[in-house]
Order: sequence, then C-alpha cells, then structure tokens
Amino acid sequence: MEHDTTYADAPAEISHDPAEHVEHHPQWSTYWKVALILGIITAVEVWMYYSPAIVASRGFVPGLLVLSALKFAIVVMFYMHLKYDHKLFRALFTGPLFIAASLLIALMFLFGHLAAKL
Amino acid sequence: MTAPAAAAHPIAHPVVHHYTSTGLDSRKIAIWAFIGSECMLFVSLISTYLIYKGRSRVGPFPHEAWVDPVTGRHLHAILNIPVTSMSTFTLLMSSLFMVLALAAVQNKALPKNTRGERILGSSKLWLWATAIAGTTFLGFQAFEFTSFVHEGLSIRTNLFGSSFFTLTGFHGAHVTAGVIWLLTLLSIDYKRGLGPKDALKVDIAALYWHFVDVVWIAIFTLVYLIK
Repeated sequence: MEHDTTYADAPAEISHDPAEHVEHHPQWSTYWKVALILGIITAVEVWMYYSPAIVASRGFVPGLLVLSALKFAIVVMFYMHLKYDHKLFRALFTGPLFIAASLLIALMFLFGHLAAKL
Repeated sequence: MTAPAAAAHPIAHPVVHHYTSTGLDSRKIAIWAFIGSECMLFVSLISTYLIYKGRSRVGPFPHEAWVDPVTGRHLHAILNIPVTSMSTFTLLMSSLFMVLALAAVQNKALPKNTRGERILGSSKLWLWATAIAGTTFLGFQAFEFTSFVHEGLSIRTNLFGSSFFTLTGFHGAHVTAGVIWLLTLLSIDYKRGLGPKDALKVDIAALYWHFVDVVWIAIFTLVYLIK
C-alpha cells in the first residue's frame, strides 16, 4: 500500500529532534481500505459459520483461524503502526505474544481437545 | 518542546522529555510493554475457556440445544451470532475512527482547504465517533449478558458460563477503561485543543484501543464462531 509523505506524515511530536526517529504512518485512504478489508473478512467468517457444508468440512476451523490471524495482523501492522514503528516496539509485542501463543498450544495439548492427539 | 515554544503555549509546562537511551519515548515503550503483558493475561483467559470448552455437564451450551432433564425446559444454543457480528463490526469500525482521530491530531497544524479535509481533520469528531462506537459495543455486551441470564446462563451455571463471563467480562472492562480514556482526551480537546505536541498522548490511547480490538478479533473467532 502506498504511503503519503505530504499530509498524513507529519511527525508524531513536533518537539522531537529532527535527527530522531521519524514515524511513517499510512495515509487516510489506506486506513479506509484496511477497514473495508477487515469488514469483508468478518463477513466471510460469519458466512462460513452459517454454511453447513463449510462447517462440516475439515477446513472450517483452520480457515477461521487463518482469517482471524489475518485480521489480527492487519490491525497490528496498519492501525497500531507496528509495520512502520521501531523494532523495539515490535519485540515488546511479538515476544510476549509468541510466549503466550506457545503456552496456549502447550495447554491445549496437555488439557484441551488436542490432548487426545498425543 | 523548546523553551520559547513552551512559553508560547497557553498552558506552559516545564520542559519534560521522556526519552530513553534508545532515543525512544519511555511512555511509548511502557505502553508496548503493558500491551505485551496484557497479551499474557488474555491468552490465559482464552486458554481457560478453550480447556473447559465442551466439558460442561449441564446447559445452556454455546452452540447446541439442551433439554433440562429435571424441568424438561428446552434451551436453545445460547450464542447470538448476528448480534455479536454487529458488535464485532462496531468495534472494528471504532479502530478506524481512532486511527483517524490520531491522524487528525498529528495534522492539526496543516491547512485544511476542502470540506473533506476539515472533516478528516476534526479530532473531536473522530474521538466522539470512537467513544460512541465503544459504548455501543458495551451496550451489545450488556444486552448479551442480560439475555444469557434470562435464559438461565450465569457465571455459576456451568464451566462454559464461568469461563465465558470471565473472559468477555474482562474484555468489556478493558473497553470501558478505553472509553473513559477517550472521554478524558475529548475533555482536553475541548479545554485547550489537541495538537501535534499531544500526538503521543493520543497515540498511546490509540494503541490501547487497537489492542482491545485485536483481543476481540481472537475472542470472536475462538469463542463465538468455532463450534
């Protein structure tokens, strides 16, 4: 997606030293496009829920998880600006998220519905 | 902010910088660390819900109908997907409004020649829109909780009720805190106006708001859609 460098890219704080890190945020049209994509993905998820053939298929749960992960990533990258932000912020978010996700998967294998697969 | 700039501002504060040895503002590092810790909290709640999923001995159940053997009362699947879909859409749109509010604050100093630019540049409009969308989401949640209780599901009914109300209740409390945060920003905006120098304050509130949104994205799929 394109980035505006004229209007929406004003520095986050005018008090910053110019030599410091300057944030590059997407332009307004990008935000609207992202919202449209999020709305479409949500509609697809609900449509999948009400489609008996899809619910009965093996791809139902993985499909929903992929769509959910996609929405999660889009919001984090574009609305939370993690795609454009400092790598330290990325580490502060993805580090705990990775640990938490690993813990969730481990708990599901130990006590949840995945325990039967062990 | 330089000393002359601070003096020129209507509410002159002492010059306070929050920069760390990384060159990054400590407040922004703090909010990301907080969000990381919140990931842990919500994953623990989601894990609890998923582990207990399908293990309730008595209904009502989320996706299946149930007949109470004692009373003979027929209870249908309790989750109301159309209502929750609307509340999910509302929360997603609130994230759009929030990011537009941040952009409006960052670009407050720039000239706005067209009507569209004036609308997009109104931080009050987008902060109000975000707060109203958040409150609407809370209204949907209050409706959902009330209808569940009327249908016989409370936090004490079964494992599903306990884990469901705990998880979604914690999320609702976070949304409530976010709405209060937005209202404080709005009060500042009305009092002295939010400008580019306040962008970090709005950015931090926006990060919190978007985090609440992404948590709901996970909850909507894992709790409501996966049968």
